[in-house]
Amino acid sequence: MESRSNPFSELKPPLALDAALAEASRCLFCFDAPCTRACPTHIDVPAFIKKIATGNLRGSARTILEANVLGASCARVCPTEVLCEGACVMNDLHAKPIKIGQLQRHATDWAMAHGVRPFSAGPKQPGKVAILGAGPSGLACAAELTRLGIEAVIFEAGKQGGGLNTSGVAEYKMTPEFALREVSWLVEAGVQIKTGVRVGSDLTLEELEAQFDRVFVGVGLGRIGKLGIPGDDLDGVVDAIDFIAELKLERAQAKVGRRVAVIGGGNTSIDCVTQAERLGAEEVYLIYRRGPEEMPAYRHEVELARASGCRFIYLAQPVRILGRGKVEAIELARMRLGAPDASGRRRPEPVGGDNQILDVDMVISSTGQKPRSELLELLEPKGIKLDRGRVAVDERTMRTSNPSYYAGGDCVSGGKEVVNAVAEGKLAARSIAADLRHLWK
Amino acid sequence: MADLSVKFAGVQSPNPFWLASAPPTNTGDQIMRAFDAGWGGAVWKTLGEPIVNVSSRYSTVDFNGQRVMGLNNIELITDRPLAVNLREITEVKKRYPKNALIVSLMVESKREKWHEIVRAAEGAGADGLELNFGCPHGMSERGMGSAVGQVPDYTCQITEWVKEVAKTPVIVKLTPNVTDVVYPARAAKKGGADAVSLINTINSVTGVDLDTFTPRPDVGGRSAHGGYCGPAVKPIALNMISSIAKDPEVRIPISGIGGIATWRDAAEFILLGCTSVQVCTAVMHYGFRIVEDMIDGLSNYLDEKGFRSVNDLIGRSLPSVTKWEELDLNYKIVARVDQQKCIGCGVCYVACTDGAHQSIAARAEHGRTHVEIIEETCVGCNLCSLVCPVEGCISMVRDDTGRPPLTWKQYQEDPSAHKHLGPHNAH
Ligand SMILES: Cc1cc2nc3c(=O)[nH]c(=O)nc-3n(C[C@H](O)[C@H](O)[C@H](O)COP(=O)(O)OP(=O)(O)OC[C@H]3O[C@@H](n4cnc5c(N)ncnc54)[C@H](O)[C@@H]3O)c2cc1C
Ligand SMILES: Cc1cc2nc3c(=O)[nH]c(=O)nc-3n(C[C@H](O)[C@H](O)[C@H](O)COP(=O)(O)O)c2cc1C
Ligand code: SF4
Repeated sequence: MESRSNPFSELKPPLALDAALAEASRCLFCFDAPCTRACPTHIDVPAFIKKIATGNLRGSARTILEANVLGASCARVCPTEVLCEGACVMNDLHAKPIKIGQLQRHATDWAMAHGVRPFSAGPKQPGKVAILGAGPSGLACAAELTRLGIEAVIFEAGKQGGGLNTSGVAEYKMTPEFALREVSWLVEAGVQIKTGVRVGSDLTLEELEAQFDRVFVGVGLGRIGKLGIPGDDLDGVVDAIDFIAELKLERAQAKVGRRVAVIGGGNTSIDCVTQAERLGAEEVYLIYRRGPEEMPAYRHEVELARASGCRFIYLAQPVRILGRGKVEAIELARMRLGAPDASGRRRPEPVGGDNQILDVDMVISSTGQKPRSELLELLEPKGIKLDRGRVAVDERTMRTSNPSYYAGGDCVSGGKEVVNAVAEGKLAARSIAADLRHLWK
Repeated sequence: MADLSVKFAGVQSPNPFWLASAPPTNTGDQIMRAFDAGWGGAVWKTLGEPIVNVSSRYSTVDFNGQRVMGLNNIELITDRPLAVNLREITEVKKRYPKNALIVSLMVESKREKWHEIVRAAEGAGADGLELNFGCPHGMSERGMGSAVGQVPDYTCQITEWVKEVAKTPVIVKLTPNVTDVVYPARAAKKGGADAVSLINTINSVTGVDLDTFTPRPDVGGRSAHGGYCGPAVKPIALNMISSIAKDPEVRIPISGIGGIATWRDAAEFILLGCTSVQVCTAVMHYGFRIVEDMIDGLSNYLDEKGFRSVNDLIGRSLPSVTKWEELDLNYKIVARVDQQKCIGCGVCYVACTDGAHQSIAARAEHGRTHVEIIEETCVGCNLCSLVCPVEGCISMVRDDTGRPPLTWKQYQEDPSAHKHLGPHNAH
């Protein structure tokens, strides 16, 4: 078999200058453009594309970054198929939508390579804000506050910034090196990050409150956790978040089985499937307890998994993992769909009858990230309301029920996209600024 | 199958597609390959006194990612020895007796010089001669090319000199760099020309390099204006050709040139009065092979329209070409949007609101833009339908005003006809 040079190489490589010009010229320059409406950060898409067409790449990047300071990573990781490109009127013309993501990358890559700053810090205003987490939401919040002249300091538990942008998104979309380069770009422009500080243990909320006027919580979600079935502690059962983080950050150590079962039907499961295959797994199964229609993963992502040769086992629930010390097989109960549950999706229920035994030597659990309960437990006594493990906020301001605390990103949404986290971080920053202006006037 | 052959001022050609005098007709080898590809005729690259060229020589105007919407050049006439060109002309004519071989000429404005070159070209076997009174750069500084074409008296004079000795048909190639091309065309006719060809290239500066500040093309940090051709010049050529074709004084065959790249372009030139057409830029861009579709496409078009010969097409659009004052002021159309086809881009809305007559309403409906024409104020300008990206989405439909036809001319003659004008004539 022919070996691929780099199985993790980019699925969507950068556009050459000519290709970018030709693509930019296809844009119709819609009025009240649907792509702009579809973008959670409302980037003025026709405006930045027009600027590419005229060779004004600096202006194009500015248009992007003013709306979305993580425009460079969003250009790589956004599910554009269901956002801007999905809304493009070209789809109605039975034509290919404009490659908005790749054009956005063209402009932002140029800006990074030509010493353009992602934003400039504004004249100093009174007030100090502590930000928990250097993921997309925290970075966007910090950048916007700094732009508005308000001092903001990010406390990040990990060794480095970027959150899941660095440790989570599929390697063929973005490498950790790039995510970190973008973080440095923001730091050079004035974003302050203190890494290795876990708020709650290394630094208490009380200590923060003493030093800062407002707090933004952008801690994201935690690990997946145990499957809660017999055998889930066998050697070879791994957490999807750990599996992906290891593969991205410690590639040399990354291990994959020959026959791998991925449990769950979300986008993270798909990433596990495609990356396990790229690491060299021979057989990859995706096991999901509902049917293909109910699967939350995006269609275009599912197609990627299908193309990589993954086998989908629907209406199957793992009941036991078998093996002596290490995984040898997984036992699956057959399910059918009953009445709709609270989420509106039909609830799977066991059919009875024989269980299926699938020989595998690795099980990746990917049934949804759990909330960071260790921190949430500390927030509740502060009068911050939670809603099913999520931080509850007023959506117009991102303010929590404690007026000194704001929150955004996955810890509020329960897990969306990078671009949503950016939009929420930016919105929170603007609300905080308005809030502080009011205080000091 | 329709008959594509034409007889141009006495010169027989298997089809109306000729190569214009330019780099594609520089050598006998090129012309023979072009004839093999299907070109009916060729006008040999202009012969004259020895010249030297510069480098670089060309620059383009590109549009929306597409190359060569317009081409500009500062090249002069042939830079090959006259004897070599003449030898090759003889060879081509011998090998391709059925194709039309015209030889383009340009020498100093001296009677003997012209006599000499006419005899040489005809002696080599030319089927006809084309007098290059059009080259707008370099040669014109030396009193040739457009320096001749811009002064009707010179045009007439040199044509007369040529006609004193020419035995084959004489075509005068006109420059578009004049205020009204009809005057030089009349002068050529007066001097005895058997036909005219147009347009030669248009004076142009295609652009300036924003880093070096030197206009293009850059010749060691300097630049001179050149001649413009290619798709961009077609509308200018069509206008000049139709004005000559309509002129009652000219009435000689026309060979149409300027931006022709497809059989459609060619058909339009022929409809406006051309008997043959000449191509340069499109061949410089895509090669001789483009003639295959030109022949095939024109032939299918003639068949579909029920025409037996290209001759049935010549000048067929001319009766509808009039002066503005002959247009019916009471003919009225309005825009209509096919909501089934509309994709909600809103481009027509901004165009009409900011650039026309504020006659389109837009509102957001179910997350997309919905547009509606305000027929009461629509003046029927076409703009919305022209900018709409969807084929057949905005059509212009007849709005019967019930008013009798009324032209400006009639209105001038009888101002009381004012009462017959409708509200759409306002603005
Ligand atoms: C496997 C996977 C693939 C994904 N792929 C995509 C994709 O392709 N495209 C896309 O748009 N989205 C993708 N997402 C979703 C996206 O990564 C998240 O929506 C986004 O990163 C959320 O940003 P955040 O700032 O809310 O949280 P995170 O990115 O999770 O960042 C939170 C940060 O807070 C830090 N932190 C946590 N607790 C503390 C504490 N107590 N003190 C200090 N710091 C703390 C964490 O270390 C982390 O750095 C993916 C998610 C996963 C899991
Ligand atoms: C590089 C170049 C050289 C040309 N040289 C001549 C020439 O020697 N004699 C001439 O009559 N016209 C010359 N022309 C003009 C062409 O014959 C023709 O009139 C013009 O290009 C318009 O046709 P097009 O739009 O098909 O190119 C030249 C054009 C170009 C681009
Ligand atoms: S035809 Fe002209 S005036 Fe009428 S709606 Fe269209 S753009 Fe407006």
